[in-house]
Amino acid sequence: MNMVLIGITIFLALLTIVCLYRAYVGPTSADRVVSINVISTKITTLIALLAIITGEDTFVDVSLVYAMIGFIMTVCVAKYIEKGKLF
Amino acid sequence: MELVLDVIMVLLLIVGAFFFLVGTVGLIRMPDVFCRMHATTKSDTLGAGLILLALAIYHGISLISLKIIIVIAFVWITNPTAAHIIAKAEWNKQKEL
Repeated sequence: MNMVLIGITIFLALLTIVCLYRAYVGPTSADRVVSINVISTKITTLIALLAIITGEDTFVDVSLVYAMIGFIMTVCVAKYIEKGKLF
Repeated sequence: MELVLDVIMVLLLIVGAFFFLVGTVGLIRMPDVFCRMHATTKSDTLGAGLILLALAIYHGISLISLKIIIVIAFVWITNPTAAHIIAKAEWNKQKEL
C-alpha cells in the first residue's frame, strides 16, 4: 500500500513540473494565474499524501493552510489583473 | 474486509491521478485562456477530492481523517470560486481592449 502512495506522490510531483511550463511560457497573465492555481491544488494533495506516508499527522494542518494561502493568492492576483490595484 | 478497502483505495488513487493527468494535458494543449480554465478547474477539483478521500479511508475514523475531509470541503468550495474570479477578471480586461 505504501508503494502505491509513494508512486502517486512522484507522479504528482512530475505533473507539477509540467504545469510550471505553462506558468513560464503562458502568453497572458491569466494563464499564469490558472497554472499557479493548479499547482497549488496539486501541492495541497501532495502534502496530505506526505502526511500519511511519513506518519507525521501535523502535516495535514499544513495542507489546509496551504490551500487557504493559494486561494487568497489567486483572488488577489485576479483582482490586480482586473482593476490595476488591490483595493 | 481489509482487501476490499485496499481495492477501493487503489481505485480512488488511480482515478484521481488520471484526472490530474487530464487537467495537466488540458493546461498544456488547449489554445485559449478560457479553454485552459475549463479543462483544469473541474478535473483538478475532482482529482484532489478523490485522492484525499482515499487518504481519509486509509486512516480510518480519527481526527486526522476529519481534517482531511475538511480539506476536501475547502478545496471543493474555493477552486470553482477562484476559477470564476479569474474568468471574470480576464473577461472584463478583454472587453476593455
